[in-house]
Amino acid sequence: MKDLGDRALDHLREVAQRPDFSGTRYELGREVARGGMGVVYAARDRELGREVALKVVAAEMADPETIARLRREARIIAHLEHPGIVPVHDVGTLPDGRVFYAMKLVSGKSLDAQVREGPPIGERLRLFLRICEAVAFAHAHGVIHRDLKPENVMVGPFGEVLVMDWGVAKHHEELPATDGSTAPPAGPHSDHDTAHGTILGTPAYMAPEQARGEIDRVDSRADVYALGALLYFLLTGRAPGRTKAGPDEPTRTWAGPSRPSAIEPPRRLAAGIPRALEAICLKALAPDPEGRYPKVDDLAADVGRFLEGDRVSAYPENPWRRARRFATRHRTAIALVLAYLVMRVVLLVVARI
Amino acid sequence: MAFPQTHRSVVLAIRSASPDERARALDVLVEAYWRPVFRHVRARWRQDDEDARDLAQGFFAAALEKEWLAKFDPERGKFRTYLLTCLDGFVAKERRAGRRLKRGGDAAFVPLETTGEDGETRELPLPDGTDLEAQFRREWARSLFSLAVESLRARCASMGKDVAFTLFERYDIDGAEASDRPSYAQLAAEHDLPVTQVTNHLHWARRELRAAVLQKLREITASEAEFRSEARALLGVEAP
Repeated sequence: MKDLGDRALDHLREVAQRPDFSGTRYELGREVARGGMGVVYAARDRELGREVALKVVAAEMADPETIARLRREARIIAHLEHPGIVPVHDVGTLPDGRVFYAMKLVSGKSLDAQVREGPPIGERLRLFLRICEAVAFAHAHGVIHRDLKPENVMVGPFGEVLVMDWGVAKHHEELPATDGSTAPPAGPHSDHDTAHGTILGTPAYMAPEQARGEIDRVDSRADVYALGALLYFLLTGRAPGRTKAGPDEPTRTWAGPSRPSAIEPPRRLAAGIPRALEAICLKALAPDPEGRYPKVDDLAADVGRFLEGDRVSAYPENPWRRARRFATRHRTAIALVLAYLVMRVVLLVVARI
Repeated sequence: MAFPQTHRSVVLAIRSASPDERARALDVLVEAYWRPVFRHVRARWRQDDEDARDLAQGFFAAALEKEWLAKFDPERGKFRTYLLTCLDGFVAKERRAGRRLKRGGDAAFVPLETTGEDGETRELPLPDGTDLEAQFRREWARSLFSLAVESLRARCASMGKDVAFTLFERYDIDGAEASDRPSYAQLAAEHDLPVTQVTNHLHWARRELRAAVLQKLREITASEAEFRSEARALLGVEAP
């Protein structure tokens, strides 16, 4: 038996894991991303002459739960037609048994790469509002994302935002299966394959109830928490609870409602963050779901009010702060009035001389 | 369709009451693990080739005689890890006994220890960054792929598809090692075939290789969970 050299071994491992799309409409291209459920490749759809992304899971490698998740993810996305959610074009099984789905190939960068470029706070907040729009749309259709984090948000070259990776999403309504049959029965949530105590998602951005595996308590407010964590990241460049040492440090997340001090207030990391914005962020990050915004729309509305210079619901103001906000919001008009008054005084004085 | 067929696990067959079945199972395991075991003994225990070969052979003989491999419990982990633990235990014991299996007790091991200035004996350090378990895993992958390539060669021969294997060998094995891999067009000209046929042959051979790897893997794992986990490590999306 001939022994394989290192380079041959690596090459064979690579070709053996590349999905075989021969005989299909897709011409496989480069690997784009790799995740817990599968690998995403760029590909060309020969029939329609367009670039697509193919997410592939290896059927013989993955357990039935993973395969079901990929199919379910495709169905979930297919039912969420929104400019902020990447559309699915096709789903199927390859001749070698692997399951795949085809979706729009997204060009752009992930949210964390975008934030590293240091855009102004207004631009970051407008990106955040577009993420909220997509998530609120999903919620309106009974879908909770459950794994919102900077890596799962893509920002296109024109500032368009796409929320990706719905692999651990939870939906309340039964969706028709892609093969025409009925989808798995939907209970209070259709992730019947997610046992109580199972933790799905990314710890730093995960709501405490989700981190504890209390799936019965996970509802749309878990996404509100994750959006709060995203807002925290947009404001500070760090995930909530992270120490100053950097992204490789172990993340301190909520151990439960009894440890509300685990999250460092954003202003301690960046003193220039307005107090009202910090209050919005910390309200979304409340350890108890009851303490958070009840809906994503409410969170987005508060951020919108902040951008407009209006009073935000999360931040009770004393008269002095209200006056300051009023002055900041209407500073041009106030400056004009003051200038006018000064001019009148000057004229009055001159007339008396 | 290049989908793995269900094969009886030889890891389980090694417990069979039938001596023939046990012997066949051991043959398959030795075939798959010989090189990883030999190379591990050489690297971990710093033996020369001859002594490493003797120890590897002695290990498999002892494993059969003392039924170590039959005692593997699939519930408690991977067979590969279990075998490595047994191997290190065996070599350590042999080392303590100061003898080699086949060559009597007078032979010396390559020293693993050194005497410091204070007169204390210390084990020689391994080269920096040596991850012996990762090394064993890689040798195991090499062995598995080498066996799969041999299966593919035999399958191509039996199906009259020698051209497919030749193209695969030229492009995917020799070509990967060489600095200038032949192009599809070159291979097509060499074999007087259209380029599309070259790529079709290569696609087919790769699909068959994948099936052969998974088939071998199924043989040398004990449970469906272990098979999936090892498949992920070899070909899949998760780190081993």
